Amino acid sequence: MKKEITFTLNKEKTIMEVDPQWTLLHLLREVLEMTGTKEGCGYGECGACTVIIDGEAVNSCLYPVMEVEGRSVMTIEGVALKDGSLDPIQQAFVDEGAVQCGFCIPGMIMSSKALLDKKDKPTEEEIKESIEGNLCRCTGYVKIVDAIKSVAGGR
Amino acid sequence: MGDLKVIGKRIPKKDAPLKTTGAAVYIQDMKVPGMLYGRILYSKYPHAKIVKIDTSKAEALPGVKVVLTGADVPNNFKFGFIKDNPPLKTGKVLSTRDEVAAVAAISPEIAEEALDLINIEYEELPGIFDPLEAMKEGAAMVHEEFKSNVLKMPWKFVAGDVEAAKKASAFIAEDTFSTQWVTHCCLGTSGCIASLDINNNLTMYSNTQIPSLAQNDFLEALKVFGFKNKRVRVIQCVIGGGFGSKLDTYAYEYIAILLALKARKPVKIVFSREDEFLATSPRQCTITKISQGCDKDGRLTFREMEMILDNGAYTSWGATTPSVMMVPISSLYKVPNIFYRAKCVYTNNTYSQAFRGYGNPQATFAIESNLDQLAEKAGIDPLEIRRINANEPGEVTPQNFKITSCGMKECIDEVVNRLDWKNKSGKHNGRGVGMASLIHVGGAARVYKSDGCGTIIKVDDNGKVDVITGSSEIGQGSETIISQIVAEVLGMSIDDINVINNDTDVCPWDVGAHASRTTFVAGNSALGAAQKIKTQIMEIAAKNLGESPEALEMKDGIIFSVKDKEKNISLGKVLRKVHYTLGGRMLVAEHFYDPPNENFDQNFKGNLSVAYAYGAHGVEVEVDKETGQVKILNYIAAHDVGKALNPMLLEGQIYGGGLMGIGYALGEKMIWDKGYLKNGTFLDYKMPTVQDAPPVQAVIVETDEQAGPFGAKGIGEPGLVPTAPAIANAIYDAVGVRIKDLPITPEKVLAALKEKEKGNP
Ligand code: FES
Ligand code: FES
Repeated sequence: MKKEITFTLNKEKTIMEVDPQWTLLHLLREVLEMTGTKEGCGYGECGACTVIIDGEAVNSCLYPVMEVEGRSVMTIEGVALKDGSLDPIQQAFVDEGAVQCGFCIPGMIMSSKALLDKKDKPTEEEIKESIEGNLCRCTGYVKIVDAIKSVAGGR
Repeated sequence: MGDLKVIGKRIPKKDAPLKTTGAAVYIQDMKVPGMLYGRILYSKYPHAKIVKIDTSKAEALPGVKVVLTGADVPNNFKFGFIKDNPPLKTGKVLSTRDEVAAVAAISPEIAEEALDLINIEYEELPGIFDPLEAMKEGAAMVHEEFKSNVLKMPWKFVAGDVEAAKKASAFIAEDTFSTQWVTHCCLGTSGCIASLDINNNLTMYSNTQIPSLAQNDFLEALKVFGFKNKRVRVIQCVIGGGFGSKLDTYAYEYIAILLALKARKPVKIVFSREDEFLATSPRQCTITKISQGCDKDGRLTFREMEMILDNGAYTSWGATTPSVMMVPISSLYKVPNIFYRAKCVYTNNTYSQAFRGYGNPQATFAIESNLDQLAEKAGIDPLEIRRINANEPGEVTPQNFKITSCGMKECIDEVVNRLDWKNKSGKHNGRGVGMASLIHVGGAARVYKSDGCGTIIKVDDNGKVDVITGSSEIGQGSETIISQIVAEVLGMSIDDINVINNDTDVCPWDVGAHASRTTFVAGNSALGAAQKIKTQIMEIAAKNLGESPEALEMKDGIIFSVKDKEKNISLGKVLRKVHYTLGGRMLVAEHFYDPPNENFDQNFKGNLSVAYAYGAHGVEVEVDKETGQVKILNYIAAHDVGKALNPMLLEGQIYGGGLMGIGYALGEKMIWDKGYLKNGTFLDYKMPTVQDAPPVQAVIVETDEQAGPFGAKGIGEPGLVPTAPAIANAIYDAVGVRIKDLPITPEKVLAALKEKEKGNP
């Protein structure tokens, strides 16, 4: 039984018919074909699927789709400007060499962006906390933390 | 070399904008029209007879298009290094990751549901899970037809006379070390899409690190399936991590092909995280008996090592890791007399594969831990014994490796200075320092007959350059490095260079992304092609400008006379001149670089690599005697990389490798209990998070490697090689206990401390 939900997706009002069984990740990746949000595990342990809902970073693979009713969802596709220019946090990931295979990166950016949107100058501890649920196998996290710091003005 | 404009600069990765915006397309994201979704059913038991398989219910499920079992695999097809592995098993299963059935359906959910409807009756058999048991006389055979559980592999290396050297040694240290299974944990799981055209030519969308070899494997498979003279095209999507996991072809790929053949539709198989843990091949666990000796001045006299590797139930390239283990065993430090023998043993465990370092970390753990034991016996500072025996340029090692550039001593010095070794070592007050060095191939590795890579360069009408390379981008940054090399030669911006590297229909041959070889081999290949195209461009420009080619230079897309800059022509114009002329031509150059390294002879002698990479890691730890917790206070990773072509990307390799090595040392372990994987989730398998990452300093030590592109050597793997022994040595320095079995968990440290209190060594 499909149900209708209304929510904001990357600043646009969106009305969708959804199966209440779906996760938000399923809606994004399989139905809307917005594949920037990644699935690394499907059960809340890797952070690759992170999106921002009403300002908070959440694992979309665990998030029931019905819960987005009335909320505002931002995915990696909504971070860069429409003209293609990168958000400062994206630019920092590029410039600091924080990207290798890249599979974890959309999630990393959403987690750190949620922090930076709330706090101008987070501490190193807060930065690490913001991405402690995001696994990366390539980078050793060093340059990812550096990238976030460079935007946080905390260098 | 003059001044370098692009080489040596901290240039961001070219694909980073794609990856930071979510626009990069991984296999997970890829769809092909009409595509079905495949899923694989794995065995319930580690060793059992398959009595009956009933697939009727699964076949009847609406949306299911094909169900396959071992009976559907044509002509007894098997794959793997010694072709001992059928993609779907018949008769018997030999491990819990054995594939027993597969389905293709119109959605992943239906495919999953169909697996539950397949009924298999097994008759469980006793299994062998310990390689030592498997080697015993009268042990049951994992593969009856082979008549032995020990693989027929020639892993033995001898140099000099170890027995005589033992007698002549002033000090000898002997011990046994063991290592565990660890898995790659690529964030993007394995997957492929197999698509066949009407004539059964195959297009494989793939994650592979070895496109040319995979193409060959799939061609062979098609042949066995009854389709001769077919074409195979391998297209790589953006790859979500490799680390050696994709250095072979796997059952799931052959299953996708078989499903696609039967369904007459493309079939996609992407692993779930559970599949990835269960059904990809980890680093093998090893048991190593080692002894090393030195004279009264600390000069090493011999090294003797016997190693047993758990091969698991089937044989992949993992069984050849002893050939790379030989690199440190024969050539880490100057050791004149060597004996090494390794046995790969079949068990009913998971079969192992290549993993960053390719056996080197296991061997180096034993060598470098044992070296500290020897230093203690000889009463020499662990630092001094390393200095005394350090490798040097110009050396020819017992395996006939010709050492060209070598910054080992410089790396050791970096560690010593940055750790404040002199003041910190030998305190035994709960804090301690330790170090370990490494050698690895740094200028390719001739494993196959060819170790080459091809590059084609073409210049388009607007003066932009396409570089078509055989090499693969697996996140390490090869696309950027190749662009830098070509940009440097042609005096262009890297933004004007487009690298095409993911399609066997277009790209030249390459052995693959392994052995830390891509920068070196693909870099040299690109360098050669760039020089050839430059020669062509200069000749044409010279004709147009009425100058000789030698009098010209090229910068920012303009070719000009060095004496008179007014005399110039743009690259685009040069190209248009050659196109739009009667009897015109193209501006294309190709170059195949096959390094002048050697295959091993039967005695495993030969200059495997054109250059060797060196490094030293040093670590300061604090050990909590109450809990056994080890805290890393400071970590120095110094690497001799030849010339750093892009220090930023290079540091990324060191940091990434370093943390992977720290995970190997302190926490990661796949727990296989009687053939069952007990911790196949990220929750249970302790891959390091950002909170586990200690402060690491990546130190780049530059040497000039004449054979490398602009002087560079490989750095893909070395970062994790000496990590575990450096940490083990630091723990010993801190609290006087030596952990010889990885990973070094708090429980093991605590138990060792208790033993020590009791007065047991
Ligand atoms: S996919 Fe959601 S946490 Fe891993
Ligand atoms: S960049 Fe590969 S997992 Fe993070």
